[in-house]
Amino acid sequence: MAIKVVSPGLSTTVQDLGRPGYYHIGIPLSGAMDRAAMAAANLLVGNEESAAGLEVVFMGPELEFMLPSVVAITGGEIPPKLNGTPCETWTSFAVKAGDVLSFDFLKAGARAYIAIAGGIDVPVVLGSRSTYTLGALGGHQGRKLQTGDILPVGSTPSKARAGRTLDQKLRRQSTSPAELRMLPGLYWHRVTEAAGKHFLSDTWKVAPEADRIGYRFRGGRPIEFMPRTPPFGAGSDPSNIVDACYPYGSIQIPSGTEPIVLHRDAVSGGGYFMVGAVISADMDLIAQLQPHMPARFVAVDMPTALAARKDMNAQAAAVRAVLQL
Amino acid sequence: MATKDILSPLPGTFYRKSSPDAAAYKSEGDVVKKGEVIGLIEVMKSFHEVHADADGTIVSFIAENEEPVMAGQPLATLTI
Repeated sequence: MAIKVVSPGLSTTVQDLGRPGYYHIGIPLSGAMDRAAMAAANLLVGNEESAAGLEVVFMGPELEFMLPSVVAITGGEIPPKLNGTPCETWTSFAVKAGDVLSFDFLKAGARAYIAIAGGIDVPVVLGSRSTYTLGALGGHQGRKLQTGDILPVGSTPSKARAGRTLDQKLRRQSTSPAELRMLPGLYWHRVTEAAGKHFLSDTWKVAPEADRIGYRFRGGRPIEFMPRTPPFGAGSDPSNIVDACYPYGSIQIPSGTEPIVLHRDAVSGGGYFMVGAVISADMDLIAQLQPHMPARFVAVDMPTALAARKDMNAQAAAVRAVLQL
Repeated sequence: MATKDILSPLPGTFYRKSSPDAAAYKSEGDVVKKGEVIGLIEVMKSFHEVHADADGTIVSFIAENEEPVMAGQPLATLTI
C-alpha cells in the first residue's frame, strides 16, 4: 500500500506525536503541532494514536491512493474532496485504488491532519517518524513532501472501519482572539512592571513568519527592561541573557519587540530572555492560528497550569474511549 | 463580458511586486495569460507566486500591496 503525492501543498510533512528525549542535545520534539487532532485522526482509522500521518498547513496536497484503505482528516478546516466530491472531516471514510484526495481553500484554523489505516510507514529515527526539516531528520527523506513522492503505508489494522466519527463536543474549539495561558518565568523580573502588564493586556497578531519552529507575534507595545549591567557572557541588548535552555512553549522577546513562542521544531537553547512559557494544554491551540489572527497571553499560576493539563488528558481519554470501541 | 476573481491560495501578506523597488507584476488594464504571476503571498518565511487561473484582462486589484489576506480571498478581478 502506498500514497502518491500528485502535488505537495505548501509544506506537508509526515508527523506522529513527536520525538521526546533528545531536546537536551539539540534535537527538538517535532511531531504534530496539534497533537490532539493527530491522535484523533489515527484513532478514527483504527491506528494507535502514535502512528504517523500527514500534517498539512494552510494549503492541502493532492494525493492518490494506490490501494484501498480508510482515511480520516481532522484539525483545521481545509475542506477535503475525494475525486472532487466534498467529504466529511473528523470521520473515517473508505478510499479505493486510484482515488484522489484534494483540498479546498483553508476556511478556519491553520493545520489539518490526515491519518491512513496502517500509518505512514517511513523509517523510525530516534524513536519517531516525525519530520524535522531543519535537521533533515525523520519523515520522508527528512523533508516536506514533493510532487512524485511515494509514501509507504503500514498494514491495515483490524480495527480500520469507515464511518467512525468524533462528536463535536470532543473536538477542541479555539476562540478569537486566541487566549494562550502562560506561566511567567525565571526572567520575568527583567521587564518593567508596566511592560509586564501591557504584555498581558495587549492584543498581539500572528506574524506571517510563524512556523513549526516558533510562532512569532507582533502588534503589541514594545517591552521595556529593568536597567542592568549585562552579566559576563550575555550580549549587550537588554533582551540578552547568558545562554540558557529554551523550553518547549517558552516565550522569548528578542529586543523586546516581537514575542516568539517556541513550538515543535524549536532550537533548544540560546541567549534571549524568556518572559515565561505557554502552558502545555494550550500548545495545540497555537497550531491552528493563521497569520494576522489576534491572540492574547493570559498569566496563570502553576496549579492552574497543572489543572489544565489534567483536563486536557481527561479529554484525550474521553476521545480514546469513544473511538476505540 | 464575464468576470472572474483570482483568489489567494494562502493566508499571509500579499505583494504586487517582487521587491520594494520593482515594478508591479501587473497593473489594471493589463492582459494576463493563464499561469502568469500577478503577485506574491508571503507566509512562513517564504514567498509563493499567485498565478492567474484564466486568460483575461485585469479590471481591478481588490487587495492592496502588503495587505494581510486570508486563503480564498479575492485579490484581483479579471474580465474573461
